[in-house]
Amino acid sequence: MIVMTKDTMQIVREQDVVPFRNRVREYAVKIGMSLVNQTKLITAASELVRNMLKYASGGKVILEIISKNAQTGVRLTFVDEGPGISDIKQAMQDGFSTGRSLGLGLPGAKRLVNEFDIQSTPGTGTTVTITHWKHGR
Amino acid sequence: MDRIPILKMGPYLLVTIQIDLYDRVALNLENDLITMVSKTEAKGVLIDISAVSIVDSFMGRILGNIASMSRIMDAETVVVGMQPAVAITLVELGLTLQGVHTALNVEKGMELLQDMIGLHSSSTEDDEEGPDDRND
Ligand SMILES: Nc1ncnc2c1ncn2[C@@H]1O[C@H](COP(=O)(O)OP(=O)(O)O)[C@@H](O)[C@H]1O
Ligand SMILES: [Mg+2]
Repeated sequence: MIVMTKDTMQIVREQDVVPFRNRVREYAVKIGMSLVNQTKLITAASELVRNMLKYASGGKVILEIISKNAQTGVRLTFVDEGPGISDIKQAMQDGFSTGRSLGLGLPGAKRLVNEFDIQSTPGTGTTVTITHWKHGR
Repeated sequence: MDRIPILKMGPYLLVTIQIDLYDRVALNLENDLITMVSKTEAKGVLIDISAVSIVDSFMGRILGNIASMSRIMDAETVVVGMQPAVAITLVELGLTLQGVHTALNVEKGMELLQDMIGLHSSSTEDDEEGPDDRND
């Protein structure tokens, strides 16, 4: 795998969400991703960045354009040092929420992108990585 | 800008969202609309989201809240102009927008509201339906 472009964005407040989404769009456009795939990727990213703000009071996102097996894609890594998630299986279920919201962020994001990975340690933080390929689905 | 103007058109309230909304603006809109529905006794709310490129579960919940609160006050909500990419994405996200009606554009949305509410605008449209059996 080759990393072609890389950048990091700090996310500390609600006002960072829209500029962050715009940056993700720039990356997706740069590799020629279709509008539907752009929309899926940005929506997933929006959910994850909101979780970071809501449950971990912020964090950072690493944005990358990557290339693997002749495929180009956008990879986003959401890193926070919040409380972590003790039961990831439960958190990944549709409708589960400790924040009295819809509980669609994690499972929905997973459905929207080609690759989804979540690592979390209670007391240490959470890292979610998503990748969406230019020609993904 | 942190408030979106709400237009009153007869028994309807019309909102056009022209940019991707910051959360604060979206929450203000929710409050303002609900207040307006109650104050004006509007029968319908029309929200044009044709310029909105991303609807995530936060924004979706706001649209749902507007619809359910309006319904309590006897008003129907129609979201118009949703971009196809947004509609496809919402399905995969798992968001159903319960209680929210959708239409292709403002004109179709108006027609839908009129059908639902059973009102007929007293203007010049005489070519759509024959008998005028409005319920009072
Ligand atoms: N970054 C995070 N840090 C800690 N907990 C999280 C994080 N992201 C998600 N969670 C937990 O997972 C649950 C499900 O998240 P999600 O599917 O986005 O739904 P919602 O945000 O509506 O609750 C949240 O309610 C929260 O308990
Ligand atoms: Mg969430």
